[in-house]
Amino acid sequence: MSLRKITTTLVGAAAAVGIMAGAASAETTFKFAFQGTLKSLDPYSLNETFTLGTLGNVYEGLTRRGPDLQILPALAESWEVVEPTRWRFKLRQGVKFHNGNDFTADDVVFSAERVRSEGSDLKSRIQPDVVFEKVDDHTVDVILASPNPILHYEWDTWAIIDKEWAEANDSVRVTSASDEVATTISLEANGTGPFKITSHEGGVSTTFAANTDWWDHGNKKHNVDTVEFSTIASDATRVAALLSGEMDLVYPIPVQDIKRVNDNDATVAMTGPELRTIFLGMDQMRDELLYSNIKGKNPFKDVRVRQAFYHAIDIEAIKSKVMRDLSTPSAIMISPFMFDNADQFSRLEYNPDGAKALLAEAGYADGFEVGMDCPNDRYVNDEAICQAIVAMLARVGVTVNLNAQPKAQYFAKVLASGGFDTSFYLLGWTPGSFDSWNVLTNLHGCRDEKGEGGLFNLGGYCNEAVDKLSADVLVENDPAKRLQLITDAYKMTTEEVAHIPLHQQGLAWGVSSSIDLAQRADNQLMLYYVNKN
Amino acid sequence: MLAFTIRRLVQSIVVMLVVALIAFVMFRFVGDPVDQMVGLETTLEERAQLREQLGLNDPVPVQFVRFIGKAAQFNFGTSYQFKRPVAELIGDRLPATLELSFVAAAFALIVGIPMGVYTALRRDSWLSKFFLTVSLVGVSLPTFLIGIILIFIFAVNLQILPSFGRGAVVDLGWWSTGLLTASGLKALILPAVTLGLFQMTLIMRLVRSEMLEVLRTDFIKFARARGIKNRAVNFGHALKNTLVPVITITGLQLGSIIAFAIITETVFQWPGMGLLFLQAVQNVDIPIMAAYLLLIAFLFVAINLVVDILYVFVDPRIRIAGAAT
Amino acid sequence: MSHVTGEGAGAGTAGRPQDEAPSSLLARALDSDIWYSFKRSKVTIVAAAVTALYFASALFAPWIAPHNPSDLASLSLLDSLNPPAWIEGGTTTFVLGTDDQGRDVLSAILYGSRISLAVGFVSVLLAAFLGITLGLVSGYVGGRTDSIIMRIADVQLTFPAILIALLIDGSVRGVLGGINREESAFYVLVASIGLSFWVQYARTVRSSTLVEKNKEYVQAARLIGLHPAIIMARHVLPNVMGPVLVVATINLALAIITEATLSFLGVGIPPTQPSLGTLIRIGNDFLFSGEWWITIFPGIALAILVLAVNLLGDWLRDALNPKLR
Repeated sequence: MSLRKITTTLVGAAAAVGIMAGAASAETTFKFAFQGTLKSLDPYSLNETFTLGTLGNVYEGLTRRGPDLQILPALAESWEVVEPTRWRFKLRQGVKFHNGNDFTADDVVFSAERVRSEGSDLKSRIQPDVVFEKVDDHTVDVILASPNPILHYEWDTWAIIDKEWAEANDSVRVTSASDEVATTISLEANGTGPFKITSHEGGVSTTFAANTDWWDHGNKKHNVDTVEFSTIASDATRVAALLSGEMDLVYPIPVQDIKRVNDNDATVAMTGPELRTIFLGMDQMRDELLYSNIKGKNPFKDVRVRQAFYHAIDIEAIKSKVMRDLSTPSAIMISPFMFDNADQFSRLEYNPDGAKALLAEAGYADGFEVGMDCPNDRYVNDEAICQAIVAMLARVGVTVNLNAQPKAQYFAKVLASGGFDTSFYLLGWTPGSFDSWNVLTNLHGCRDEKGEGGLFNLGGYCNEAVDKLSADVLVENDPAKRLQLITDAYKMTTEEVAHIPLHQQGLAWGVSSSIDLAQRADNQLMLYYVNKN
Repeated sequence: MLAFTIRRLVQSIVVMLVVALIAFVMFRFVGDPVDQMVGLETTLEERAQLREQLGLNDPVPVQFVRFIGKAAQFNFGTSYQFKRPVAELIGDRLPATLELSFVAAAFALIVGIPMGVYTALRRDSWLSKFFLTVSLVGVSLPTFLIGIILIFIFAVNLQILPSFGRGAVVDLGWWSTGLLTASGLKALILPAVTLGLFQMTLIMRLVRSEMLEVLRTDFIKFARARGIKNRAVNFGHALKNTLVPVITITGLQLGSIIAFAIITETVFQWPGMGLLFLQAVQNVDIPIMAAYLLLIAFLFVAINLVVDILYVFVDPRIRIAGAAT
Repeated sequence: MSHVTGEGAGAGTAGRPQDEAPSSLLARALDSDIWYSFKRSKVTIVAAAVTALYFASALFAPWIAPHNPSDLASLSLLDSLNPPAWIEGGTTTFVLGTDDQGRDVLSAILYGSRISLAVGFVSVLLAAFLGITLGLVSGYVGGRTDSIIMRIADVQLTFPAILIALLIDGSVRGVLGGINREESAFYVLVASIGLSFWVQYARTVRSSTLVEKNKEYVQAARLIGLHPAIIMARHVLPNVMGPVLVVATINLALAIITEATLSFLGVGIPPTQPSLGTLIRIGNDFLFSGEWWITIFPGIALAILVLAVNLLGDWLRDALNPKLR
């Protein structure tokens, strides 16, 4: 608390033109801006990419991921599967938290409990029936109920918290919104990572200082001493802050501004593929659509209608005009980076006449009307994509009433909590585990009205055979067999047009020419790859 | 006089309560805050549990009474997004908004009054017409576009003023000010001009029309007839009489400046209450929304009250009307 | 307490006992002085012509516009982002270029003006109706009724248009789930703008009514037993219409700007049937990337419209003020 009060003084909104120069030393300060905010510093309070990624510079997990997202050892030096249901993690010795406390097995066991406790938003990191056992100060055994080859896939964002510190600072409980007083851990950070947080004003700015006692400091790749983060929500202002030289990195930048950023001498646009797949979904569960002029039946239950919609979409036009070539059209519901057999799949071709014929065959020669839900501040150019699709469907005779809303209202309506209140929608999905099983259960798994099963299968697509394959995938330890099972499942879902995949959107970061950094496909910024010349 | 003040005070409190109630009822429809507080993968049961914990399942009157009870002790609850007490958050952001608003109002007065006087005294001059027309252009474009264009010119192309934020601030107790540092002052220019432009036009036109009327009244004519110098008549008598309504309106407009700061703060990422409020609306952060609306209501009511009371002191004619109502 | 006036439009007639008896609006309208002052002011003639042109082109947009921007089947992404005809790469099919969806900017402006004018007009009507009614009742009946209405006005003032719009829009979305957004957005805007503007009319009308009420002719009408409603409508109303008309004109301009501002905050007309404000908001995203025509042309169209209406309002105020002739 006191720390925050004192340090905010110096920070302000970081637009300060070299105010840090007071020290007169050759300190290197890296300034970056993101569209969203860093709200709470409690690493378990929000399961959201930016929060986890940013705190990932301060806190560390047992594992971490490299520039190409490969899993690397971090707080765990090594691990082995002793038995199919028992994993042994060797912990790194000599690691200290920012407050000087030693990192030990107790902290891991404590963090495993805390991350699954009430109020944690990261409960999915560890299954509830998994048991953590301290073997000695630097060894932990993890005992599973059934084999799980992807146990540790999301542990890079499961931060290890100092038990002693948490207990001393009333931070054992995960900060809850119903708390009357903010807990220490939501305002201050005490991790083991390469950066310390020196000040934090929620929703405005946060400053970091390099941790010279970091266990990997000897191999550090960065050369910055302090980092200033500011939220700049408005796209135009964010780009302006880069072009004017106030910022070293801003992200994301609108795809239409890439050229402008590149044309500017002092800045470049870094683009790359992102893991998120954008797709369309259709209600195939209800007997009558909620938003349609067709009564008594549900046109989307007919696979020909779903195919017709697919054929009506000119994905290349969306790519070149809406996404400015910063997208990769996709035939499946997962990025090819996370699925090796992606090349076995291809999109249904753009063929409006064929679409019309299919609709006629299905008994909708004159088309029909359907309502479409779309977010307008969630994905890259989401609303523009929806508008383009509305126009494309209009050309095959389908009248779409577009309902584009901010994500707050959009998700409240279409997700389980809103009763899957949609007939036709656009959604984006990144499997948090970087693995297909996540897609098969969440997006393709059969569900009931409440969402039990495929929680994000908003359209309620259901095929028992796919569910069976997905169950097999979960416990199959052999990589080749596992891949085949996944491929078989995707074959079924693409054949039946369970969803209409559109593309993987691209990442676009605006960077000052003096900066060298790694752009990870999961859109997390790792400060320890940042070099400022 | 005392009775009048007390009556107005009581009325003001009622006004605040009504504002709080209206706002509260509307929050019910704005969306589900729980969806914004948790990640996508949170199960329905956990969501339901959280909703219960937050008391969102209680009937609106119960929630309202609870809110008022706490608000009376300046406890506005904890922000859903930031997990921090709202009173603290608003305390952090209030100085930014107030500084911006006062500087914008000062800008509007300092530029608007002279322009208004000039256009009234030289009604038919070329420059007057130019002022009138140009000032109208300022109100003919939406604020956000003006802001973006200013950023485009002064931050991106000329690179002389910052495009966002407050610059370096200095803490004076709980008040953080950007008025004491060079970067803070520079950062203030574009947002203040953007926010003040509209009011400037308003004030200029108001001064002009009031001046024109006062200049035609008998007492000015008498003053001239008595041979008092033009300058003394114009500024000593006419302008002085014009300023009462101008100051009143500016005072009343201060509330709407603060409200309109929402847009300016959004464009310039100014870390004030308006930005906090807009984020709260987007994230259905009800405690922040409620506290903000109450605060705005309080400011309006307080300004109204002060203006009313001052008026009674300044203008004895009102005292009769005031007693009659 | 007749001090609180909008743009000072009503200030002249308020609480100044030395006012001469105002003539009725009708008589004034036919008064050749107004016509004379209109003919004398070239600016006003141009402004009137421009305003008329906008109304005409809005009315006849379907016949004038080269394309129908709301016919989605005619849009093609392949036509998107075409520059204006005179720039390399532009075609005469799309004289002012196309937007990101392949919509003809010129047609979009014509249809957009139609929506913007409709929003402005209807919301001003709503505000005027509410304000005049409440102002008349408040001023004429007086006492407790007056007190209550004026306190409601205070509550109203605490909610600036943007806050009202955010709340109403949020609630409507919550209730409708955003269905029929194209229609509901219109009513949300009209309701929010209308609700936030009525206070000005009420205060203007009330203060005029207070003056009229004590005039002999009203006393006489009361003595012969005319119903208060008839007295208000027949005798008081015509005498307060002058200031009301001025406020209405200026409010029309303000309403159109407010609509644009609200679209920036995401509560405007949806982009499938864009208003001028929505067009500017969309185009805003393309300002840095070189596709300036998407935002600049609608921006100019909006500015000219608002400027013209404001100039008309200016002239009207001066012309209706007998002291300024």
